[in-house]
Amino acid sequence: MANPMVRTLLTRGVPLLLLYAVVLAGLNLGLIDDYLMATIATLCINIVLAVSLNLITGFTGQFSLGHAGFMAIGAYTTGLITIAVPTVPGFIAGLLAGGLLAALVGFLIGLPTLRLRGDYLAIATLGLAEIIRILLNNVEFTNGAAGLAGIPQMMDWNWFFILTVGSVLLIRNFLRSSHGRNAIAVREDEIAAESIGVDATRAKVLSFTVGAFFGGLAGGMYASYFYFIKPDTFGFLKSIDILVIVVLGGLGSLSGSVIAAVLLAAISTVLQQFTAVRMILYALLLVIIMVFRPQGLMGSREVSLRIVGRLFTRKPTEPDEPEATR
Amino acid sequence: MEQLAQQLINGLSLGSIYALIALGYTMVYGIIQLINFAHGEVYMVGAYVGYACMTFARLGFFESLLIAMVVCGALGVVIERVAYKPLRDSTRIAALITAIGVSLLLQYTMMAFVGADVRTYPALPDYLTASFHIGGVVISAQSLLIIGTSVLLMIALQFIVHRTRLGKAMRAVSMDADAARLMGINVDNTISFTFMLGSALAGAAGVLVGVYYNSINPLMGVLPGLKAFVAAVFGGIGIIPGALIGGYFIGAAETLVSGYFSSLYKDAVVFAILILVLIFRPAGLLGKNVREKV
Repeated sequence: MANPMVRTLLTRGVPLLLLYAVVLAGLNLGLIDDYLMATIATLCINIVLAVSLNLITGFTGQFSLGHAGFMAIGAYTTGLITIAVPTVPGFIAGLLAGGLLAALVGFLIGLPTLRLRGDYLAIATLGLAEIIRILLNNVEFTNGAAGLAGIPQMMDWNWFFILTVGSVLLIRNFLRSSHGRNAIAVREDEIAAESIGVDATRAKVLSFTVGAFFGGLAGGMYASYFYFIKPDTFGFLKSIDILVIVVLGGLGSLSGSVIAAVLLAAISTVLQQFTAVRMILYALLLVIIMVFRPQGLMGSREVSLRIVGRLFTRKPTEPDEPEATR
Repeated sequence: MEQLAQQLINGLSLGSIYALIALGYTMVYGIIQLINFAHGEVYMVGAYVGYACMTFARLGFFESLLIAMVVCGALGVVIERVAYKPLRDSTRIAALITAIGVSLLLQYTMMAFVGADVRTYPALPDYLTASFHIGGVVISAQSLLIIGTSVLLMIALQFIVHRTRLGKAMRAVSMDADAARLMGINVDNTISFTFMLGSALAGAAGVLVGVYYNSINPLMGVLPGLKAFVAAVFGGIGIIPGALIGGYFIGAAETLVSGYFSSLYKDAVVFAILILVLIFRPAGLLGKNVREKV
């Protein structure tokens, strides 16, 4: 295995393909019923949401409380477009349009508020998400508070797999690019970053816009799988849900976000019936983690698929290249 | 014209409540630069304490108000000591997330105890339900009560901040905590005292809003809390008179929008004001732009 490309493909690709095949087989053999598939769908959506919010909050250090707002934009755009054009190209166009529209709104709100230091972005995004929810509740073409029904269900496991893995990979590569490095520098020390020539505002706006895009994409995935959306789904609590995943997994750890999403999906399946208890638990979790371990469970460490991959390639001797997102 | 006057009087009552909550936000921000997201929940607890006093203990309005203020003041100190104090030296993001955690914790713990149902505030005694007609404008004794109580509390606050030793310590800590410590001020106690004052005001606002809207529920603190925060940002966060101006402005804006346009959009307008303020005057109406030094 001299060729590093082949090795990477094997170590990273094999476990992923195995996961894909297992779920596919489960679906075909009827081992995965609708309920379990819905849980998997929610899990995939939460992974995309958490990883994109982690880019904004964990890696760039900007506190956003309105991720559900971007999700709402994506969900409604995808929903409306696929209702109008109920084909696969229409669906792809809807997803892209949803992501781009969310990115545009993120850019427009980020540009003025990210120039400021401090917590203004948190408040502005919170306000923005509320405005979006109120507008969706009251305008005609989204069918108001009753919600948008009858969205053609285009999402299946293939799409979930492609979109989720694709999103995580794209965000990871973004973070390893010079733009991502700038973002991390800004998080560590904005003044120091600026003094070595990083345009802090630019870096923040870029991360925020990219994060908003994937937030919108996740919304589109949600709309297309659950084929019914209503504005209250995308309220303040949804933003908090996403934040809990990011914080639990570690601010600045992509794999942490993925692990935390799986963990919390399991917890909330168990606590399905007890909403109040679940929320008390979430709240306690937030406070306790912040008081005792403010960097989250994983901190900024990453777990690579290579660990799983080594089981297949049986070549544990080579030293790892330094992890990127440290 | 009459309608305008009527709306403005309603706005004044609502604005008083927002101003009382906004004061707590602004004082806490002024002293430890933390957006205390749990502040709206302290106000909710105040409303429930007032409700319990009036319904179960059959106390009068003013006794209930006082008890709610004491309970909320104590709650504020507990929150500060347990959740915020350990985080004073960590990142701002950690403190903010904790504040949100505390806020959710209070909401859902309250919900677990009293249920999610809306509860109706008991009727006020006769002398508080009267109303006066001036021209075509109706002024209820209830709104006079709300405005009067808030103004009295604000005067008391002004007195405490500017005329007492503790107030002086508060101002000193908010200017420079390290320098204040060197001058022999007990910074921890001063911060707790600030939380106590702010939370007591929020508790009072809770009882007043129970009287104003007549109904309370465990999630009632979320929106007024956010709006009061908008009010604080509007006036210039950290500046006490700014919170008053912001509170009354937001109250008036909200009632005018529901009176002339549609009550569906009143919340959206408040948040739009926030975003406009952040874009055009991020330091707020009375704020000064401070350059950051390395």
